[in-house]
Amino acid sequence: MQLASIDRAAIRFLAELQGFFALSGQALQRIFQRPWYYRDFAIQFDKLGFGSIVICFLTGLFTGMVMALQFMIQLKPFAATSYIGGMVAVTMIKELGPVLSALMVAGRVGSAITAELGTMVVTEQVDAMRVEGTDIVQRLVTPRLKAMLLAMPLLAIMTDGVSLLGGYLIAAGYGISPTMYLSSFTQFLFPIDYFEGLIKPLAFGGLITMIACHTGLNTGGGAEGVGAAAKRAVVVASVTVLMVDFFLAKLIVVFR
Amino acid sequence: MATDDQCIRMEQVCYTVGGRTILTDFDLLLERGVNRTILGVSGSGKTTILKLLLGLIHPQSGRILINGMEITGRPEAEYREQRKKIAIVFQGGALFDSMTVGENVGYRLFEEGRLSEREIEEIVREKLRFVGVEPALNLYPAELSGGMKKRVAIARALAADPEYIFFDEPTTGLDPIGVYNIVSLMRRLQEDGKTTLMVTHDLATAFATSQRFSLLHESRLAFDGDEEALKACPLPNVREFLQPTDASLFV
Repeated sequence: MQLASIDRAAIRFLAELQGFFALSGQALQRIFQRPWYYRDFAIQFDKLGFGSIVICFLTGLFTGMVMALQFMIQLKPFAATSYIGGMVAVTMIKELGPVLSALMVAGRVGSAITAELGTMVVTEQVDAMRVEGTDIVQRLVTPRLKAMLLAMPLLAIMTDGVSLLGGYLIAAGYGISPTMYLSSFTQFLFPIDYFEGLIKPLAFGGLITMIACHTGLNTGGGAEGVGAAAKRAVVVASVTVLMVDFFLAKLIVVFR
Repeated sequence: MATDDQCIRMEQVCYTVGGRTILTDFDLLLERGVNRTILGVSGSGKTTILKLLLGLIHPQSGRILINGMEITGRPEAEYREQRKKIAIVFQGGALFDSMTVGENVGYRLFEEGRLSEREIEEIVREKLRFVGVEPALNLYPAELSGGMKKRVAIARALAADPEYIFFDEPTTGLDPIGVYNIVSLMRRLQEDGKTTLMVTHDLATAFATSQRFSLLHESRLAFDGDEEALKACPLPNVREFLQPTDASLFV
């Protein structure tokens, strides 16, 4: 009996996974296909990208400040406070900037995408679109994916920038000059680190969108189902971001 | 008897979902010019039949043909063009929340991109005038009543000039005037040469708008015939469905 239920759960999980990869493949393929749906792309970029600026700004600012504060405490006994800028930069650009901004966006954008698409499914709007001859992947998924693939790296760059500024605000309080703060960057950061800081948000943006879209388009069970789907999308997207972050970091370490 | 390219056909269709059998060896023929109603109690699988005919879901076995083209087992992209011959008015209207009434009605025309915006607007206005809600052109679905939503949904269905129009419980939840308006619209559409397929449990609407009837009972086709045959059918499950319910009995 228990074995049968494990079997059923495994089949369901694999079917979900298959559906996710199939949808992702279709969405990626349609990035290069007409119609482009410029208006939908612009609306989504505004909603997903510009709408997330404040949350990422605050995340970056306070994370940068707290990182600087903690590093300062650790470095002070070794008289190595001059390295504070580099340490904040390497932590934020390679790891915390992309990951924290992605987690914020997963919470805000992931739930919004799932709820929107889920509502469209349960009110038969998606069926209506299909009957009208629309390719729903092209119309509903690809514009969101394109918007997030563009917005997420930009948000991560902004988060990094703001966090470095936040770090400097704290460092300045301990007598670190701007030149000292900036010059330590080069001692810690290498070109591949900037690459890592850009490739990660790109991957996270794609993952968050596809998880949210897949969950939304497979919503069932009315309003309650929409709520449950939105919650599931956020949890799955957040955990996936952390898991993929590790594997990407591991992969990049190989190429260092 | 209609030729294959002038009808929608279901042959021996079986459909099961989540271990529950919805349809067993179900047959249906919708001929051009012969309006049909599928009757059945709520939850019997009537809407599922419409979704199967539109290729939105696929049966486990059996065949579905639209004007002679089999859609079962084909990817959606292959029968998308064929499906454009059909329009549907969903039970709740299924209007796109983020678009105005005008954008909803002109949706397919905008998608096809063959006409200019001006031409599309003319068609949209004409269809909205036909269903009597032209003043709502710039309103959003959230600003409409239930009856208006259904009329806008009918206008959207008409915009691309389909051969067949499906109606999913078109009068459910409407007041008597709303029901009268929808039935009148359906009859005008039929006079204009559209073939309608309706699913409902509302017998009055069914008899007012259809010539042929199918009764779905416990996942099987319990009856197929005209009004006279339906009313004279001695089968117990058909008699049970046709028996008028007097609500005053419960008072």
